[in-house]
Amino acid sequence: MKKVEKVTGHAIPLNRANVDTDQIIPAKHLKRIERTGYGPFAFESWREDPDFVLNDPAYGGAKLLISRHNFGSGSSREHAVWAVEGLGVEALIAPSFADIFKNNCMKVGILTVELPEEDVDYLMARSEELPDAGIEVDLQAQTVRTTDGSWERPFEISPFARWRLLNGFDDIGMTLAYDTDIEAFERQRPNRLPVTTAD
Amino acid sequence: MSEPQHPRTLSEKIWDAHVVPSSLQEAARGEAVEGIDPEEAAAILAQRPDLLYIDLHLVHEVTSPQAFEGLRLAGRKVRRADLTLATVDHNVPTADRDKSNPDPLSAQQIEVMQANAKEFDVPLYDIFDIRQGVVHIIGPEQGYTQPGLTIVCGDSHTSTHGAMGALAFGIGTSEVEHVLATQTLPQAKPKTMSVEVTGELGPGVTAKDVILTIIAEIGVDGGVGHVIEYRGEAIRSLSMAGRLTVCNMSIEAGARAGLIAPDETTFEYLEGRPHAPRGDDWDEAVEHWRTLVTDDGATFDRSIVLNGAAIVPFVTWGTNPGQGAPVNGRVPDPGGFATPALQESARRALEYMDIEAGTAIRDIAVDRVFLGSCTNGRIEDLRAAAAIVEGKQVADTVQAMVVPGSGLVKMQAEDEGLDVIFRDAGFDWRDPGCSMCLGMNPDILLPGERSASTSNRNFEGRQGPGGRTHLVSPEMAAAAAIAGHFVDVRELL
Ligand code: SF4
Repeated sequence: MKKVEKVTGHAIPLNRANVDTDQIIPAKHLKRIERTGYGPFAFESWREDPDFVLNDPAYGGAKLLISRHNFGSGSSREHAVWAVEGLGVEALIAPSFADIFKNNCMKVGILTVELPEEDVDYLMARSEELPDAGIEVDLQAQTVRTTDGSWERPFEISPFARWRLLNGFDDIGMTLAYDTDIEAFERQRPNRLPVTTAD
Repeated sequence: MSEPQHPRTLSEKIWDAHVVPSSLQEAARGEAVEGIDPEEAAAILAQRPDLLYIDLHLVHEVTSPQAFEGLRLAGRKVRRADLTLATVDHNVPTADRDKSNPDPLSAQQIEVMQANAKEFDVPLYDIFDIRQGVVHIIGPEQGYTQPGLTIVCGDSHTSTHGAMGALAFGIGTSEVEHVLATQTLPQAKPKTMSVEVTGELGPGVTAKDVILTIIAEIGVDGGVGHVIEYRGEAIRSLSMAGRLTVCNMSIEAGARAGLIAPDETTFEYLEGRPHAPRGDDWDEAVEHWRTLVTDDGATFDRSIVLNGAAIVPFVTWGTNPGQGAPVNGRVPDPGGFATPALQESARRALEYMDIEAGTAIRDIAVDRVFLGSCTNGRIEDLRAAAAIVEGKQVADTVQAMVVPGSGLVKMQAEDEGLDVIFRDAGFDWRDPGCSMCLGMNPDILLPGERSASTSNRNFEGRQGPGGRTHLVSPEMAAAAAIAGHFVDVRELL
């Protein structure tokens, strides 16, 4: 996994609550078997509206996206994270995220920054007004700040997750270091538990 | 893992029983992880989330190709193919299966599932297998889903399996790869929430109405970070099929999982199923399963209580499953919602759904009716709908279809003559799969079309771009198919 330290850039203000994964990437694009290439389909139906924020060239190249509570609700499709990644977005800011979506972001290396509602209000309004207003998410320092230095807030992330992202460690590799423990656990599982290969 | 002394909730019991204990000093472990300073590793690994052992991993064609590819690239194997079961459900056509798949991308995804199952020795219920079906229908049906297990699947409705007392949750593709490679998952321990539904449900009120009412009550993010345990008399009195419907939609309240403690209903449902324990194993299992209850005195992080007797048939009017109303009610005025965010979301929803605030739910006419999905695609659902439909005709303005949840559900329904009842009434009778629940195959709504659907999501475009979805119970969907608009099914009983 790639290392994540800082994300600096301007932000897309997606001022909606409960943005669900069917909007982020519609089901018809889940037929692809690749892990990349979903960016062009991100928010496909909403993009049909010429006034939709992603159609505003001023937000081109944005590295951050700001939204409202429960972002990423619905399906477990990691394609939604790949679609956000495909847009070039590396950090998301919202009052809250859906659980599976947040886990998926963590695996892919997209930062999910949860801030109190009023802080999100502030950043949202600012990016709506000044599309090129810069924001920096600093994982090392666990802060979000405006690049003009006028505003800064801390954010929460578990120390383990932070460390993993900063170092870009492969999750599976780490778990495999516990192989003997997993084997020991398997030895004490009761035999009556179901197996799928017994026909 | 020390033996906990305090009273525990059911979800905590299952969790604790699946945490893989760590034998090594964390510092020593650090050395085993490439490139980590052992001292730093010791400090950080101590804060690692629990490593949870997974008893059953269900796999389908949409969220697994990239996971298998990841294994291949890293030269890894599937650790426990014998705890893994694959099927094809999301993409499969529900008609003319013997002809070639009209969609080359869908066909490819199904072929990739077949090839991966073969390469990694994973058992597969393939497209012509009678056991094929929606992944969350086949687990319980085969008796794989059992109380006390940990179950995952690259699909958010994995919460369904919790109805049998299993701790079951949806995961993303990276996690699918993780489970394939290690049969474990590092997970932060979820919080617990009790949703108690007291009293007795009225006639014509179903499990679907219960869960839609719960979601309307707690909101689509009301369960975020929590495992919901459904309790109370109204839940206890539900059939296994009804309980599966309730737990299925836990994710629609944002919950990590839904759970119902196993009881006689569960044991009766399981006994004799192909992969349920037999003989002495069965007795031993039941004895263990009886301990899978929340202890007296255990505390939940959050609790809510609903009066089951007050629940009525429910219809969603908006674009998330929490936006619903009683069938005899009216579409609410967005201005009446508590917060600006909820008001805005209701306004957007009404615009998308093309409905005016104040419209009587019964006056909403539908173009399509979809009976099926992992929420309501079981034999009991089809029986209930058939009872409404029998001897009647689908309205001229409505196109209606039944998609059984699995090949075995379809066969059973045909044995009982339900297919004839549906066909005679003018319903299409299809092959099993996800179908119009998510519109990955040709079964989709056209832009502007309005459906009464027994599935679980009414998001914008969920059943096809521009399509408008109203979520209801199978009985309500059947009644709407006949009348051409929503009706209170209780008046037909
Ligand atoms: S029936 Fe619908 S909700 Fe269930 S697994 Fe299939 S697509 Fe998902």
